[in-house]
Amino acid sequence: MEHTLHQERRDFLRKVSLSAGGLLLGFTLFEDLAAQTGKGHVIEGVRHDFNSYLSIGTDGSITIASPNPELGQNIKTSFAMIVADELDADWSRVTVVQAPLDTSKFDRQLTGGSGAVPHSWKRLRTAGATARQMLIAAAASTWNVPASACTAENGYVIHKESGKKAGYGELVAIAAKLNIPTDVPLKHHKDFKLIGKPIRNVENKNIVVGKPLFGLDFYRDGMVYAVVQRPPAFGSKIKSVDDKAARAVKGVSDVVRFGNNVAVVANATWAAMKGRKALQINYEADKALESSSDHADIFSKLMDSPNARIQRKEGDVNAAFKGAAKVIKREYECPFVPHNPIEPMNFFADVRPDKVELIGPTQTPGSGRKAVADLLKIPENKITVDITRLGGGFGRRLKFDYVVEAAEISSIIKKPVKLIWSREDDMGGGSYRPAVRYRFEAALDANNNLIGYKLRGVGINAGNPTRENNFPSGSVDNLLIESLDHNSPITTGAWRAPITNFLAYAEQAFLDEVAEAMGKDPVQMRLDLLQKARTNPAGPVRYDIDRMETVIKSVAEKSQWGKKPGTSQGISIYFSHASYVGQVCDVVMQDGKPVIKKITSVADCGVVVNSSGAQQQVMGGILDGMGTAMYGKLSFNAGEPEQKNFNVYRHIRMKGIPEVEAHFVDNGKDPTGLGEPALPPAGGAVANAVYKATGKRMYRQPFIEQEPFKSAE
Amino acid sequence: MPVYSLNINGKIQKVDADSDTPLLWVLRDNLRLLGTKFGCGVGSCGACTIHMNGNATRACLMTVSSIGTAKITTIEGLSAKGDHPLQLAWDEVDVPQCGYCQSGQIMTAAAFLKKNPTPTLEQVETAMNGNLCRCAAYHRIREAVLAASQKTK
Repeated sequence: MEHTLHQERRDFLRKVSLSAGGLLLGFTLFEDLAAQTGKGHVIEGVRHDFNSYLSIGTDGSITIASPNPELGQNIKTSFAMIVADELDADWSRVTVVQAPLDTSKFDRQLTGGSGAVPHSWKRLRTAGATARQMLIAAAASTWNVPASACTAENGYVIHKESGKKAGYGELVAIAAKLNIPTDVPLKHHKDFKLIGKPIRNVENKNIVVGKPLFGLDFYRDGMVYAVVQRPPAFGSKIKSVDDKAARAVKGVSDVVRFGNNVAVVANATWAAMKGRKALQINYEADKALESSSDHADIFSKLMDSPNARIQRKEGDVNAAFKGAAKVIKREYECPFVPHNPIEPMNFFADVRPDKVELIGPTQTPGSGRKAVADLLKIPENKITVDITRLGGGFGRRLKFDYVVEAAEISSIIKKPVKLIWSREDDMGGGSYRPAVRYRFEAALDANNNLIGYKLRGVGINAGNPTRENNFPSGSVDNLLIESLDHNSPITTGAWRAPITNFLAYAEQAFLDEVAEAMGKDPVQMRLDLLQKARTNPAGPVRYDIDRMETVIKSVAEKSQWGKKPGTSQGISIYFSHASYVGQVCDVVMQDGKPVIKKITSVADCGVVVNSSGAQQQVMGGILDGMGTAMYGKLSFNAGEPEQKNFNVYRHIRMKGIPEVEAHFVDNGKDPTGLGEPALPPAGGAVANAVYKATGKRMYRQPFIEQEPFKSAE
Repeated sequence: MPVYSLNINGKIQKVDADSDTPLLWVLRDNLRLLGTKFGCGVGSCGACTIHMNGNATRACLMTVSSIGTAKITTIEGLSAKGDHPLQLAWDEVDVPQCGYCQSGQIMTAAAFLKKNPTPTLEQVETAMNGNLCRCAAYHRIREAVLAASQKTK
């Protein structure tokens, strides 16, 4: 019994082969094209550099394969919409399937950095438009009329003058014999039929009936189940293992040690979990066993260290601060947080001497395969990776540690294995948003002009916790951005909107303090700084001044900035992952407590591909950003995380969510990503509104541990 | 291993499992009813929500030996054709992002609407608060529950 995309792919292949029966049953457009161009056969793209599979049956059915892993960013729907729009396809005839890892056909087959749509926008459009042009040419030659007199609409080619009309399915056999045109014109944006519309998730109907779409839903007869005990504390290693009791658990077939891990393998998940519980393992310290209190000391030391890396320097900061009329100096801090995708880590691996099969949820199938190839010393072309739907990612599944674990266990026990992490494994498993502290300094002259700006970011396995080209760089003549990092045994990873998810909060909250010190409205203060960057820039300006300005003005207008008596508002504007997002948070006091009532957002991500999906990304991103700022905290004691499940780690839930209003700037620019950019500004908008309402600055996350929230809890 | 006769989605199913096996893993590993999801194992996320005699229950907290003759309904048994008002509303409102938690969300909402067919927004929030959605699709979950309640009126 086998589920998920194997089934999906079988369906796809069946459909293709049915239609590839060609003359009798149907036809696959691109099979023949591929044969013509000598690029192999069957599901080959129009051209080898296309990033999408497109197949049209003689029955008019259209199958589009989506190469990038789907984790809730709705790429499976958006990609197909882009192809189908340029194809002028009948959307109701489109089926979308997840493509397996195939580096010969696709590039950038990963999900991360809000990069899939910007990377593929032109490729996908060209793929659809090329096919459309060929279908039109096929109709024109059949009817003996000029192609320019024909149009395509909703799966048909139409010749208006004669009233002739033919479905794509009828034309596909002829179209496939034509040469592939180059320099195919793309649609004017005003002619988009699908792009910009609210198109429902193509998987909705499967999701609501509980179809097995996810990695954890993959089962194959004959496979065994594995759970792994890893060292509970970062910096510890195995001293001794007693597995007698574990082996005695009914259903347990193998207990294997690899590195500092012990895998318990059984004939069912529960038996493996019970076996793991029965393991007796002694650990010893290998490196420093760090606690959260140690991190506080480390931050303090790094703040005064003479060894900072200079990330950016403009003008003479020392002189500016020496001559300043006013100096504002503040520190902001954020703790570690786990990703906590709701589907725990898991992977299926079947390692055989001549081939390896990997199936499961991953954001980076290519990197996972390479790591397995390196570990097992098997060439990559002997390893297949099938990508299931991901039950969330948030960056966690950019790491492929669990993929490699599954392969390693299978290679040791020589059986097909499904590896399952528990929630505790995942929360304790070491891929966290790094902990950071920031020190900001601003120098104002006697006229309250911002003449100097300093930021030192220090982190724990954060790399560079600053983004030196962020606003207000470019608008301040004397500027110094520095960073320092502490190398810790506690491992970190990219967390949705890496670095910017906490940096944005700190920067935007500090700018609010600077505006206050200047005696300026926070909106006007930002507009003034942008004007300075425009007319008299200080070094390079790495953001688009006009786009940022538009977002600021627009969110001020949409949120009725300053025009809501009884409501305290805070603003936050951020450029990250190539998109511009402005947010205003409304806070009102109820029974003496601040209540977050509403967040108004304006995003400039260029063309909005799917207005329903875009709303979801903004609403979800804002709640994730706000929830993490309010509640997110993973603390450590002697190297071990103190929160390991949802009963002690708090996420935002439905009760008390604010109203969220998501607007988009319609500027017709090529689309940028949206999976991340709405998240970073949220924390700052909330912090600034809370200050306005209560006079309390949020200097640390989680806000729930700060006043006024602390005593309100 | 003991054999248990379980009443699941209107059918008696015989399963061979250790007495302490959570219903969640019996559903998944033994019966391959995979719509009931594993999220936390401690009853804190709601991804494994099923109905036990009509009440929303966490399958990860119920051992197979404790089920007895109770009627169990999973997402697969909620409707014959995937056309429960909540399932339709979920599609119409376009709720899912990653979608992993959604069967649990729907099962919680279905049991709730049966008891309270015309809830207020606040009542919906209270009823659904135990179901975590890591993508935070909460606005649309709430909207879909209210939309379905309008239809079942």
